[in-house]
Amino acid sequence: MNPPVATPFFFYLLAGTMLIGGILVITRRNAVHSALALIAALLAQAGLYLMLYAPFVAGVQIILYAGGIMVLFLFVIMLVNLERVQKERQFNKQWLVGIAAAGALGGLFITIYTKGKGIFPDRAMPSGLEAENTQKISVLLYGQYMFAFEIASLLLLVAIIGAVVMAKKRI
Amino acid sequence: MEALLHISTLHYMVLSAALFLLGVIGVLTRRNVVIVLMSIELILNAVNLNLVAFSHYWQSIQGPNALHGQVFAIFVITDAAAEAAVGLGILIAFFRNKETINVDEVNLLKW
Repeated sequence: MNPPVATPFFFYLLAGTMLIGGILVITRRNAVHSALALIAALLAQAGLYLMLYAPFVAGVQIILYAGGIMVLFLFVIMLVNLERVQKERQFNKQWLVGIAAAGALGGLFITIYTKGKGIFPDRAMPSGLEAENTQKISVLLYGQYMFAFEIASLLLLVAIIGAVVMAKKRI
Repeated sequence: MEALLHISTLHYMVLSAALFLLGVIGVLTRRNVVIVLMSIELILNAVNLNLVAFSHYWQSIQGPNALHGQVFAIFVITDAAAEAAVGLGILIAFFRNKETINVDEVNLLKW
């Protein structure tokens, strides 16, 4: 139908937004700043999903993740009094060990990616991928993955009950 | 330069690994519990990006109906919502008892 336009520009723009948002999440002193940076990263990720011909997952990401989970985070940040916390030390005592562990994990990733670079060759993509994406996902979701779907709804029920019980004053 | 300009599956994998590393650093080094939970969300998003990129690659092999990665990504988003709700409930209960949100002060079982 329509060939993709300026793919590297959009990829690097959205990837840069996600990485800058991620760095801001882990380094900001104010928790509200971190939450807003995470919202920017999630919206950029929805853009990357659209580039990968996944419009339904992009819509679910915006509605559920950026519009549900992050709003819940902002509620709890406003509920917990954070004025005093902002003046204290922000990084905990074992930050050096944490950075070393993350560096080891990064070394592992670099080793895997440089050795296994030829595993995913470029193939010709079928056309018209974004036409019936939701219908095809529903065929899979209600057919082959029906059991996982029911288990996920049970998990949500348990999470609702758990969250209500955890946050009550007197059980 | 040509490898940098033509966006393939490996680009998405490298971006997903970088986001995963940022999330791991956030979980391991921050004192604020809310920011630790947000770093966990960053990790889950990195995994989701990997899944959807592989689903796009799988479609070129198995045909245009092979959307298993996207279905898995929807399940991961559902699980992230449930986990964030319960985690924040625990955070509220913890804050009500100790009036602080530093992970350093969760040390009643320390010997």
